[in-house]
Amino acid sequence: MRPLTLGRLLGYCAILAAILFVVVVIALKLGAVPVSLYGLGRDLLRVLFRQTSQLSSEYQLIIFDIRLPRILLGIFVGASLAVAGASFQALLRNPLADPYVLGVASGAAVGAIIALIVEPHLALAPAVAALLTPVGAFLGAGLTVTAVYFLGLREGQIDSSTLLLAGIISASFLQAIIMFFMSTLTGGNYRGIAFWMMGELQTPPPHSVSLTLRVGFFLAAGIIYTTASDLNLLLAGEKEAMHLGVDVRRVRLVVYIAASLLTGLAVSVSGAIGYVGLLVPHVMRLIFGSDHRVLLPTTAFGGAIAVVVADTLARTVVSPAELPVGAMTAIAGAPLFLYLMRRRLA
Amino acid sequence: MTGSSRSSASSALRPVGDAANFSSNVRLSVEQVSYAYSANPNQAPLFTLEATSFHAHPGEIVAIVGPNACGKSTLLNLIAGAIEPLSGRVLLNGFVTHTLPHRVRGQRIAMVQQESALLFPSRAWEFVLQGRHPYGRTLRFETEEDVLIARNALAQVGAEHLSDRFMDQISGGEKQRVILARALAQQPLLLLLDEPTLHLDIGAQVDLLETLRRLASANRYTVVVVTHELNLAGQYADQVALFQKGKCLRVGTPAAVFQRELLEQVFQTPLTVELGSSGRPRVNMPSEK
Repeated sequence: MRPLTLGRLLGYCAILAAILFVVVVIALKLGAVPVSLYGLGRDLLRVLFRQTSQLSSEYQLIIFDIRLPRILLGIFVGASLAVAGASFQALLRNPLADPYVLGVASGAAVGAIIALIVEPHLALAPAVAALLTPVGAFLGAGLTVTAVYFLGLREGQIDSSTLLLAGIISASFLQAIIMFFMSTLTGGNYRGIAFWMMGELQTPPPHSVSLTLRVGFFLAAGIIYTTASDLNLLLAGEKEAMHLGVDVRRVRLVVYIAASLLTGLAVSVSGAIGYVGLLVPHVMRLIFGSDHRVLLPTTAFGGAIAVVVADTLARTVVSPAELPVGAMTAIAGAPLFLYLMRRRLA
Repeated sequence: MTGSSRSSASSALRPVGDAANFSSNVRLSVEQVSYAYSANPNQAPLFTLEATSFHAHPGEIVAIVGPNACGKSTLLNLIAGAIEPLSGRVLLNGFVTHTLPHRVRGQRIAMVQQESALLFPSRAWEFVLQGRHPYGRTLRFETEEDVLIARNALAQVGAEHLSDRFMDQISGGEKQRVILARALAQQPLLLLLDEPTLHLDIGAQVDLLETLRRLASANRYTVVVVTHELNLAGQYADQVALFQKGKCLRVGTPAAVFQRELLEQVFQTPLTVELGSSGRPRVNMPSEK
């Protein structure tokens, strides 16, 4: 018997944080303007400890004003999607659930687009108006997950394959709606189809939105984390969880809302990036086991690492052109997913 | 962890407080409990459980028997407080089970359900530690006490050797023991089992009931077990409640309930009942038909 201790949990997180740091340094180095790896590591630590005066201004512009914000965005988007995926998997008792497969990401995209359309007609301060997109995305995500949940019920029970079918069909329906909006709308700041369908991190969001993303991530992920051991029991089934003292209805509601918020936030700044929410929790489960007290934080780090790596590849492999980061996660993710699926069946 | 902050450590092995006042008396009292289930409120109920009453003391085993779809599992859920009765009430040490807060209910009532599929396999010890969930704080890192209790629970069902095995790699009988150990780790007053012997061979069935009998006496659990096995019920239960189509036909000692005419009428098949030397009835199919 070796129950989880805080020390072990922090140890796992420290290892992953170190990996993330290395990945960030490499991601900062790669690109059109060459910089030395050693200098970067040193300067990144300087930035972390707020001693930016020692950096040259041109260098600071490229590395810390262009590359770093994009990487930070990737970190929070990846962490949000991965934690949302792990939460949906536990709640729906379905290892194949994730925001993208369930159509929740597409729902969030539709919500975000509608918010973008409505926004010019409302007289709002620019900072508030910018927040309308994440709010729309959150509502879109919440509505979609509710709809898919009820469509996935059979005789009052969640049925795995019905649920996945409901999700996949909803996703394709919602993507058609995105296409419709994108083809009929001209002008305005609507971004491209590739953004909403595949996801990309090229354009940094306004400051108020990226701040909302960070605060929202810590808030929503923190709330989900307080239910970590309840989620462990929910995996065994709602009835069993109830008999072990879990307030199933409360946990379900709280986690659905928080996971929809994470999805909405991520989609509103990066579009619908697939496979992160599906695969990262799987890989972490293979390494660290299925205890959510470990799984949720390690999944957050894993999601961050995965998206930063994918985005770095997306902007370097076909340089000077760029792939959408979602294309990169799908190229790497789909075969890995098929491998995991076959392994489960074996 | 200082001694004083967890001074309840040793006494926590047996719940006290309100239990103490009642322990010599009735622990579980099912009072005129009824239930109706319908798919939608405008339709006639698809299933009803008529008013049912019985009482059980600490250390007693009550077996609920009857044909399929007679309301056995519904009654178990009513006792567990998982569903609200249409009328009547279920009292555990004087508290209505349905209105207990979730955590408190988890500390007093443990349910062993029919096997459920595991999505991601866990080790037996992890599974048993889940039984400590109702006692945990927010992030619920298990204390040494939790580990001790879980280890004891595994020992009590004779399953220490399974501790590090994966739940999907042990036999049905072994799994049922680990599930029972998790229920014991909850340190309940009331232990409910829904057809625990369903997928077990005869050896494992007897083994499980022997274990239950021993635990009920040693730990003063009140045990309610839903079962199809009339002979196991006859052999090990103190009381039997016989159900047919949502109606409780008779409650009493096995010898009082297992009357040939009654059983033949309920199960619609010719049967013989003989009393063993211990006064326990045995139900058999006649050898020639």
